[in-house]
Amino acid sequence: MKKYDVRTTISYPTKGAMGKTGNWRVFTPILDKKKCVKCLRCWIYCPEATVIRNKDDTVDIDYEYCKGCGICADVCKVKAIVMERVGEKE
Amino acid sequence: MAIKDLPREECYLPGSAACPGCPATMAMRIVFKAIGKKMVMIVPACCTAVIESIHPKTSFNIPTMNIAFEAAAAGASGVEAGLRKQGREDITVVAWAGDGGTYDIGIQALSGALERNTNFIYICYNNQIYSNTGIQRSGATPYAAWTTTTVRGKTEFRKEMGEIIQAHHIPYAAQACVAYPEDLYKKVKKAKSIKGPKYIEIMAPCPPGWRFGMEKTVEMGTMAVETGAWALYEYENEKVTFNGKSKLILDGKIERKSIEDWIKYQGRFRHLFIPKKDVKRLKEIEEHVDKIWERYRACYL
Amino acid sequence: MTSVMIDTGNYIAAKAAVMCKPDVVAAYPITPQTTLVEGIANYVGTGEFKGEYICVESEHSAMAACIGASSTGVRTFTGTSSHGLLLMHEMLHWAALARLPVIMCNINRVIGPGWNIWTDENDSISQRDTGWLQFYCSSNQEIFDTVIQAFKLGEHEKVSLPVMISYNAFILSHTSMPVYVPDQKDVDNFVKKRIPKWKLEVENPITFGNIILPHEYELVRKEMQEAQENALKLIPEIAKEWKKKFGRFHGDLLEFYKCEGAEYILLSMGAIGAESKVAIDNLQKEGYKIGLARVRVIRPFPIEEIVKLGKKADLIVIDRNISVGMEGALFSEVKSSLYGKTDAKVHGFIAGLGGKDVTFGDIETMCKKAMKGKTKDHQVWYGLEEV
Repeated sequence: MKKYDVRTTISYPTKGAMGKTGNWRVFTPILDKKKCVKCLRCWIYCPEATVIRNKDDTVDIDYEYCKGCGICADVCKVKAIVMERVGEKE
Repeated sequence: MAIKDLPREECYLPGSAACPGCPATMAMRIVFKAIGKKMVMIVPACCTAVIESIHPKTSFNIPTMNIAFEAAAAGASGVEAGLRKQGREDITVVAWAGDGGTYDIGIQALSGALERNTNFIYICYNNQIYSNTGIQRSGATPYAAWTTTTVRGKTEFRKEMGEIIQAHHIPYAAQACVAYPEDLYKKVKKAKSIKGPKYIEIMAPCPPGWRFGMEKTVEMGTMAVETGAWALYEYENEKVTFNGKSKLILDGKIERKSIEDWIKYQGRFRHLFIPKKDVKRLKEIEEHVDKIWERYRACYL
Repeated sequence: MTSVMIDTGNYIAAKAAVMCKPDVVAAYPITPQTTLVEGIANYVGTGEFKGEYICVESEHSAMAACIGASSTGVRTFTGTSSHGLLLMHEMLHWAALARLPVIMCNINRVIGPGWNIWTDENDSISQRDTGWLQFYCSSNQEIFDTVIQAFKLGEHEKVSLPVMISYNAFILSHTSMPVYVPDQKDVDNFVKKRIPKWKLEVENPITFGNIILPHEYELVRKEMQEAQENALKLIPEIAKEWKKKFGRFHGDLLEFYKCEGAEYILLSMGAIGAESKVAIDNLQKEGYKIGLARVRVIRPFPIEEIVKLGKKADLIVIDRNISVGMEGALFSEVKSSLYGKTDAKVHGFIAGLGGKDVTFGDIETMCKKAMKGKTKDHQVWYGLEEV
């Protein structure tokens, strides 16, 4: 990526620009891969792009940045994702 | 088209400053997928200016120009001319503004850019409030909704921006909703293929702004369409075509659901239910939506 | 080959701008700038202007469109006046903070209410703090030469800031004068292709203008200040280069006129600056030891040159503007430049507001009053108060 030699408000694309937003979570999505039907609703509706779509259309969750909104669980028609309060299981 | 047919490519980088459950980033991901990396985005003051995150980092992986609140469409006219002059007509110029920057402070520049035939896509993500400044009333805020500047509920009905846009007789305009990503994708894709000014408005239910749980963004969008509070349609070659659930409502194939089913989940309308049901205002809202649909049927059926 | 064009200031400015081949012009008409944009539109018609001319719906959009275009790396130009400039205010800051060298002519016109289309300088003077470089011209030839030099200056890698070229409504904008117009290829050689400091490009997807924290922001401001200071050195260099190539020189930061041995130096700007030369001739004939330093540039402000003047003479300042509640801007800035460096007396006059005519006779009267010690510490409203 080219860096410009001028001091004005120029910003460069960075994953986690606001840090590890995963630590914003109060609830954590827990995915049960056995229940997943690969409909990809969780992937397309995730506002944070933290539902990772794998090559075979299974999904994984990027916990580093997932903010825990719970939309993925809400839109899942087969209840393959449930929200659990952070720390409940640890 | 199914969800699996949408491209995997992302131009939005996780870990931004967006609120959890944000409809703007949800919509933006679809728009990026539809247009791809050959786009330049012009963003006026709105939530997105914050979502980009803090200098010297950005959460967007496409060239983005922030511009003053009322200036998105004018800035886009300039960017478009500059790129065209350099032979880069392969790049799609997108102005991406909220309802404040579109319905209110930016309407002059928008109208000007549409009239002078700027080749760009203007996208309004409409969350029906000035959300970035902390939930104040906008021209898109519905009747009776609480905002910090309408503490007892807004006393006016919202503007019909779609009709204002149609009065410009541009080649393409559409209304979409974050709850219908395939529909949104198709509309953006089509807009991209057409030369001249295009306008797409995306209903974007805002959890903190509307006072609903952050997991309910998609549901609130679905309900907005199913209750007829929002309509999905395309305007092309002077003709309006309703689509999805909105078409079924228009054709009378399904009844639109009661507005109450939608607003009762939103804290911004809580004063209509607590301490006791405000029958008068609920009726006014319902009648207003009926009136809009009567007009839709008269004009577009 | 050099040709002579006899035309009004606005058409001359249009000619100069078009010869610099801007890629995008976005403008909105306002009296008395209209013939400038009409001039450019006419060059679109004749094919002489090959850039994009965007007919925007307001001056705010004119500047926004120039900013948008400039951010793609191309050359941009616009023109405005008075209320149009005020409507641009927000975007003037935007262009400067973005370090985009938009070049603009501003025709100095009175601000309403009430409506008044004559000249004074409150419009551009009130934009001093926006980060734009500001020139004031006193003849159509100077307008022509300054517009071309402005592209070179604003786009210079050590500056990269927008430039405003101001000239007086009607007195210059609508008055025909003969102007030497150089060959296109000589202008091409003088103003090279713009090399942008940054730009929007899909190959390098930066975000411009997102949230910036206090320390970083302060550094942005500091570099703007340094860029303006660089311009202090570059303006004389570019003026010298212009003189060498085209044989004309209108001064650089200031234009000095008959200053040798002067005990008083008159400081004025724009058309009053031109009129001042006649006044100086007459005053010298009468035996007064007075010269003229016509201020061409107020941003960056030529502090060192003003101090040099203050070390050898007392100064008389005429302002065609007023910072209400304080005083004329030039008066203030001259005094602040001198502070602690010289004991020069500075005499100030407000004259010509609302387009009121200021003749060489008026200027002579003001200078005589000052030289006779009739002005006290405050700035005198010429013609409105007895001194």
